[in-house]
Amino acid sequence: MSTQQQEPEQPESQETPKDPEMKGAESPVDEKEKETGEIDQTTADETELEGETVLIKVFRYDPEVADKQEPRFDEFHVPFEKGMTVLDAVMYARDHYDSSLTFRHSCRQAVCGSDAFFVNGKQRLGCKTQMADLEHPVRIEPLPHQEVVKDLVVDMDHFYDQMHTVEPYLQQDDLPTGDLEEQRQSRENREKIKMSTRCIWCGACMSSCNIAAGDNEYLGPAAINKAYRFAMDDREDEEVKEHRLRIIEQEHGVWRCQTQFSCTEVCPKDIPLTEHIQELKREAVKKNLKFW
Amino acid sequence: MYEHDVIVVGAGGAGLRAAVAADEAGADVALVSKLHPVRSHTGAAEGGINAALREGDDWELHAYDTMKGSDYLADAPAVETLTQDSPEDTITLEHWGMPFSREEDGRVSQRPFGGLSFPRTTYAGAETGHHLLHVMYEQVVKRGIQVYDEWYVMDLATTDEDDPNERECHGVVAYDVQSGNVEGFKANDGVILATGGPGQAFDHTTNAVSCTGDGHAMAYRAGAPLEDMEFIQFHPTSLPSTGVLISEGVRGEGGILYNNDGERFMFEHGYANNDGELASRDVVARAELTEVQEGRGVNDEYVHLDMRHLGEERILDRLENILHLAEDFEGVDGLIEPMPVKPGQHYAMGGIEVDENGQTCIDGLYAAGECACVSVHGGNRLGGNALPELIVFGKRAGRHAAGDDLGEPQIRTGYGDDVEDETDTELPVQPGSAGLDGSGGVAADGGMTADAEGILERQVESAREHVDYLMEKDTGVQHAEIRQKLQNAMTDYVNVFRTEEGVKKALKLIRECREEYQDVYVDDPSRTFNTDLQQTIETRNLIDVAETIALGALVRNEFRGAHWRQENQIRDDENWLKHTLISWEEGEPKIFYRPVILEGEDKTYEPKDRSY
Repeated sequence: MSTQQQEPEQPESQETPKDPEMKGAESPVDEKEKETGEIDQTTADETELEGETVLIKVFRYDPEVADKQEPRFDEFHVPFEKGMTVLDAVMYARDHYDSSLTFRHSCRQAVCGSDAFFVNGKQRLGCKTQMADLEHPVRIEPLPHQEVVKDLVVDMDHFYDQMHTVEPYLQQDDLPTGDLEEQRQSRENREKIKMSTRCIWCGACMSSCNIAAGDNEYLGPAAINKAYRFAMDDREDEEVKEHRLRIIEQEHGVWRCQTQFSCTEVCPKDIPLTEHIQELKREAVKKNLKFW
Repeated sequence: MYEHDVIVVGAGGAGLRAAVAADEAGADVALVSKLHPVRSHTGAAEGGINAALREGDDWELHAYDTMKGSDYLADAPAVETLTQDSPEDTITLEHWGMPFSREEDGRVSQRPFGGLSFPRTTYAGAETGHHLLHVMYEQVVKRGIQVYDEWYVMDLATTDEDDPNERECHGVVAYDVQSGNVEGFKANDGVILATGGPGQAFDHTTNAVSCTGDGHAMAYRAGAPLEDMEFIQFHPTSLPSTGVLISEGVRGEGGILYNNDGERFMFEHGYANNDGELASRDVVARAELTEVQEGRGVNDEYVHLDMRHLGEERILDRLENILHLAEDFEGVDGLIEPMPVKPGQHYAMGGIEVDENGQTCIDGLYAAGECACVSVHGGNRLGGNALPELIVFGKRAGRHAAGDDLGEPQIRTGYGDDVEDETDTELPVQPGSAGLDGSGGVAADGGMTADAEGILERQVESAREHVDYLMEKDTGVQHAEIRQKLQNAMTDYVNVFRTEEGVKKALKLIRECREEYQDVYVDDPSRTFNTDLQQTIETRNLIDVAETIALGALVRNEFRGAHWRQENQIRDDENWLKHTLISWEEGEPKIFYRPVILEGEDKTYEPKDRSY
């Protein structure tokens, strides 16, 4: 038994990105449009889209493939279904039109943090963004300010390195003795760190941050938030807290933040990143820690 | 070639825990995973970790609940190990900084869960798995354990003696997703498979796209049997449009299920007169589908889960994540309306047959977590028992592989004198290899003579050829088409309610998928981050795993736990107090049975009627 495979459909058109500099070294920054990314008033109503196809324009780049070495946009018409997300749309395009369309994704429920893309000029999780909430056609690009590996896949190594820099693990050797004794933590303290522990390492914040774009050594919002998560956790002792503050108040730490709130705006987990950074600044001041 | 003492494949909860344990035991350990660790699907677990921590509770009660929940198909030594070790291993997570929800006195909170006689589910909001995964990864960072992330393990490097019990595993073959390079990873002391579930064999699943049963398929082809694969848990509360999971915690906190007539059907239609919504998952899933089939479903598809009466404060405190999921993936505000839910594939109780130390019948090959079957879940897993399995058996496998003495296991593995061959069932089609599909499993030849390096090199060579073949082929069938057909076959015919006729149809369709796979090709010509290639290889694994699920469902003609058969709707203890085992022998599945162990340390768990 065999089936005849039809030729995969070619994308209907290809478009060269407006930014001619974008040779895979960095993803498009100029493309950032002046929009807030909030649900657009002009978007089509979901019911209007039903039974229609939606147009997505997807960034393509592959250093190995001749006609993809020059970045371009491919257009795909995808049949709309109620509840369709940006991730659903690119998966449909991949599975039905072009199996080489490449992006990271896994859980489909906003917890693995794999599919942060630059959608209509804003960092968003593909799986959590409804097509019906966007202005059409929908433009899907890799996260800006990170090297593009291929299509929508960016190199996350620098992001991970920054996360590791802040010693992201609880430092407490003096544990309760006796059988099965946990460390005590008040509900208030757990509440205090709760939002900071929700980070899924998607990298949207770092990509949205102008400071991180200009200073490669800047720890960035996610790593500082990780430091906050431990610095505010009462299960660590005062001297560890001071050690943590010294890490984040150095030259490329919290003081770089200019409170533009771009990270807070794009965080898919609604973590108040800018507030956390500000609070650490205040803590550092209280302890008279200033790198300068 | 890379070389370490212990190679852990997969970096979710079980893999990370195994790596930390092996590291603590002094081994040079490396994690090899197709995902960066924090992307693993453990992160999607919501409910919690069952552990007998409090006064009034003890491990024996937890063991009793688990044996009952399993419908007496779990092995008592495995269950007792789980329930004895879970308290300490849960507290270890707290010591590592896990942000558990807390009581007024600052101790970790516990809540009621389905099938439990004591509220022993320890939790961190409704995102327990996320915190467990991250806290464990933090420990890996702290210890400087080597992680090869975005390396896709294709196959094991094992010797090829005729008897799988005499084979040895010396490492794995993987390719670097970023560059496409195929390399060997030599394991001096052991390989631990921790690759998670096979949920992508089904169409409607709570599982991630990455849950493709890779470890199952690799171990199977290398000769380790898969155990009780027919036992698939369908979670009663997944969102209808996407399969996204709504935690059992909602019902644990008091959430109520209603049908389209507004009836609280778990009670009003007598499915579980004592426990209602908190009956075991298989009971609730069948009840929901029965309501729909009898015309009382909402939109003929689902039922309603209502938590509004719990009040905003309590919902925000304990179930906030559920509000986000219902809003983002179903467009429903759980504070002002009930949430639509229906059963979705959620968990595989079965898996690679291992003993309490995580060992398979192949020397040096271990498995832990969802891909393994110790077995602690038997016919049905209780909510809150998956996460303790990860940490307890992940740790044990890691320690054992690193050389720690954990004592003699009670559970036997592999084909032996205590098994019984399957002889009765007529198969509708010839299962197993269709012939040409490359990577066959065990190393080519000379099991007794070849050294570890030689075996690994040969396996690397064969994997490279296989990749070249897939990449160079220009026409044929694409994996997505085959995968969809496979998923539809499983969801149509090997779902909550199973019939002999339906399962046979599924086996025929699986056979067709296998034959179509002979003509599969990879369209993306690039070696860089070729997900087309990766998914093509995953699809082969899904076919192998789906076939074992369907074979198990066909031979087990009874109703036990999550497995329901129309032709024999009773739990048939006389004939079926035994595990189904399927091993790959010369390209064909061989089916046999091993008796379940109901004798614990001090007592025997007598099968009783399982009513809730």
